[in-house]
Amino acid sequence: MVDARTSQAKARPTSPHLQIYRPMLTMMMSIVHRVTGGALYFGTLLLVWWLIAAAAGPNAYAGVQWFMETVVGRLILFGYTWALIHHMLGGIRHLIWDTGYGLGPVEREWLTVATIVGSIFWTVVLWLVGYLVMGGIR
Amino acid sequence: MSNHKSLRTPLGRVRHLGAARSGTKHFWHQRLTSVALIPLSIAAILLVVSLLGRNHAAVVQILGSSPVAIVMLLFVITAVYHMWLGMQTIIEDYVHEELPKVATLMANTFFSFAVGLAAVFAILKLSFGL
Repeated sequence: MVDARTSQAKARPTSPHLQIYRPMLTMMMSIVHRVTGGALYFGTLLLVWWLIAAAAGPNAYAGVQWFMETVVGRLILFGYTWALIHHMLGGIRHLIWDTGYGLGPVEREWLTVATIVGSIFWTVVLWLVGYLVMGGIR
Repeated sequence: MSNHKSLRTPLGRVRHLGAARSGTKHFWHQRLTSVALIPLSIAAILLVVSLLGRNHAAVVQILGSSPVAIVMLLFVITAVYHMWLGMQTIIEDYVHEELPKVATLMANTFFSFAVGLAAVFAILKLSFGL
């Protein structure tokens, strides 16, 4: 007990924080995974607004539709789609890592690049499909 | 007698589920919901994209149909539980002072339940056509 108290008073060695390390792709993507997760957390408000407006009636729904068609609304929707796809691909990468595979120096870099490229690719494809094929987004 | 020696057997300690009394439940549920969310969020994205340009009557009809409503309910409930767990981890990583930590953890729970319930209510209302 006495030992514990005296050692608490001493300056304990602290773990080096982020600024100590050279920025690496895997590290940046770990941060982006967390940031997109946080953004999606608050992005659920948009989904709830849309659902409640649809349930409330044509007038409330017209308000949401108007907002989604503005440039800001479009950018938010585009960003939301990208964040969701990026977080999903990042999550799949983490699930692969959870099994113990893909942690080697080459594989982990490859998986990380695949997350960025894949998220941008699928976001653009989804919006192109939305615009052209489905005619869903005017 | 030093602190690390305990009369408890390893099994006895495991049964108490560690310091947080929850064992690996948080970790496991985060993984479980993440696997479930792969197909569910793909379905939800496609659905939302295909509905965005349509008028209110069409949106109500499609969102209110049983298969779509069930998929949306599964998506919303799983996603909200997943984000509740995720935000808890973020808070525990960055908020160290006891009072702000408890307050933000509570706010996380309130926000998640409010968002989840509002979404579920709206989907059910669309389905039952009230």
